[in-house]
Amino acid sequence: MKSEIIFYLLSALSIISALVVVFTKNPIYSVLSLIVCFFSIAGHYVMLNSQFLAIVHIIVYAGAIMVLMLFTVMLLNLNKESEPHKSSLIKVAAIITGGLLMLTILASLKTTQLTAYSTPADLGLGSVQSVGMSLFTEYLLPFEISSILFMSAMIGAVVLAKKER
Amino acid sequence: MEIIFFKIALILIIFLISLGMAAYSTYGERKIAAFLQDRIGPDRAGPFGLLQPIADGTKMFLKEEIIPNVSNKWLFILGPCIFMVTALMTSAVIPWGLPLEFGGVKYNLQIADINIGILYVLGVVGLGVYGVMIGGWASNNKFALLGAIRASSQMISYELAMGMSVIAILLMNNGSLSINTMVESQGTGKLYGFINISGMNWNVFYQPVACLIFIICAFAECNRTPFDLAESESELIGGFHTEYSSMKLGLYLFAEYINMFISATVISCMFFGGYNFPGIAYLQEILPANIVSLISIAVLFGKIIFFIFFFMWVRWTIPRFRYDQLMRLGWQVLMPLSIINMLITGAVLIWFNN
Amino acid sequence: MQLTNRAQQVVNKEMTFLERLYLPAIFGGMLITIKHLFRKKVSLRYPDVKREFAPVYRGQHVLKRDAEGRENCTACGLCAVSCPAEAITMDAAERKIGEEHLYREEKYAAKYEINMLRCIYCGLCEEACPKDAIYLTDRIVASEFTRGKFIYGKDMLVEKMDDRIDISQRKKHYSIVNN
Repeated sequence: MKSEIIFYLLSALSIISALVVVFTKNPIYSVLSLIVCFFSIAGHYVMLNSQFLAIVHIIVYAGAIMVLMLFTVMLLNLNKESEPHKSSLIKVAAIITGGLLMLTILASLKTTQLTAYSTPADLGLGSVQSVGMSLFTEYLLPFEISSILFMSAMIGAVVLAKKER
Repeated sequence: MEIIFFKIALILIIFLISLGMAAYSTYGERKIAAFLQDRIGPDRAGPFGLLQPIADGTKMFLKEEIIPNVSNKWLFILGPCIFMVTALMTSAVIPWGLPLEFGGVKYNLQIADINIGILYVLGVVGLGVYGVMIGGWASNNKFALLGAIRASSQMISYELAMGMSVIAILLMNNGSLSINTMVESQGTGKLYGFINISGMNWNVFYQPVACLIFIICAFAECNRTPFDLAESESELIGGFHTEYSSMKLGLYLFAEYINMFISATVISCMFFGGYNFPGIAYLQEILPANIVSLISIAVLFGKIIFFIFFFMWVRWTIPRFRYDQLMRLGWQVLMPLSIINMLITGAVLIWFNN
Repeated sequence: MQLTNRAQQVVNKEMTFLERLYLPAIFGGMLITIKHLFRKKVSLRYPDVKREFAPVYRGQHVLKRDAEGRENCTACGLCAVSCPAEAITMDAAERKIGEEHLYREEKYAAKYEINMLRCIYCGLCEEACPKDAIYLTDRIVASEFTRGKFIYGKDMLVEKMDDRIDISQRKKHYSIVNN
């Protein structure tokens, strides 16, 4: 019962903050509410007994990536005057992309069956050991491929930074 | 039920101790700065100036509160709040001493023994950046923004090396992230496998390089000299808290001292045995458990105070780095060093286990 | 010409590995600072303990009287002429009959003003004075809130009869220097 109340509170928080991200005019508020959203999602991870995922989510997303986002937004100093003119072509493209995304979500929702929330038993699924185990046995190939992806991104960043010399 | 009351009391006590330690760190900083420069330091408020923190706090509270007209008011207030809250949250996973025992019930002197202890510390410390960034941006002042950007990029860069140096400890600790097990393992076993002093099996003897990296990164995370570029008075007026006045400025300054207290605690727990001290096993045999527990708390606080002193000692010795030097040290020296240290630790452990 | 023996030749050689670590240098620096922790402190707890002034300390001026309480100054103006900051102004007046107990000679300074904000406390006035009238003392000029209050008139400068100012130490030192 208690955990159900917490679950609904967290869900409401994550949905509201996600909506604020989209609808607010001020980009800073948008970024800040995205951080709140990440926190509520980390709360969901804790509810699912995977503290490791929750804290890694906070460290990586809220602690590092969102700081960089905030950086960019603060340095760009976005306001009404500097807002670039949007052509109608971009608007059409945005509508098509958004529609496609919505279609995908609707299709995936159609096949899922909604079940009542129940507190999962502590199977140690979210601990460091089990996450490491499954990463290095079951999902070894995707794990290594994603690390190659990261490597290429890093090399690209270095190349871009060194270009001026 | 008793446990819950005990935990609430423990939270309150640790809260008060953190604030008290921070308050007296400001006094200690001024005194030590004075002593290292052959001066006397504050000595007017009370005997030896011991009431100086109270006088400073009163001054902060009574000063005029100025919120710039053009700033974003809510974010301006939110900044110091976040910084203070994150500074105070970190102490939740620290084991403060051996468990106390009253009426057959054991009371752990740790608010929450979660199995991701050290990651929790890293995560919460990483969130402290938001207090600085939001405060610096909301001030609507270019010096404040520059200070905020310096602070946050510095914190992000050094967090990586810090995390990497922690991994070497985790490898030695069977992959357990809990600070409690880390401290316990430093109290058992023989040093290097043959020196038999109980409670002396400290990680610093196995991992001096990781310890050094961790301490340097802790300096950078606390924004203290030689890495205090975020608020370098001579270049940026006051850095991210240029526009702040009254108690909001006080919160920023205070939270920095709390951060220092917490990082001193984490350093002594991770590398210097936490509440363990040489001869702990002998004392446990001849003295009642509760007294040994109290001694262990005192020992931990002795170590913490030593490290706070160390922080101040370094501050009044070493001049500030240049920003490019700071970044080069973080990314090109500490980061590869900690990765190499981690690899060597792993290799040695595998070699010994086979 | 060698001024001191502390000069060091600057060598721009490549640093060794140990030097590039900077750690030995840092520990050396910390050793120096920790030594200062135990040194004798140089500060004085000011209002309780006061630093002793040198016998020739040049502070607030005094216009001396002689042993019978007559003002020494004859308004010759040599102090005003010698003053590099032009801080001294004076008006001379003739001594009337019946004023012999007030002024030592026939001419005296009716007005004598020193602007303490202009004064640079060089002490040339006391060296110029032929009549032993003006001296700088070890008193410190008090702080004020307005500039006008820093122009000291005769009421501030001439020594009071019940509060004479001892300048014998100063005189002794001057006689040593001048011989």
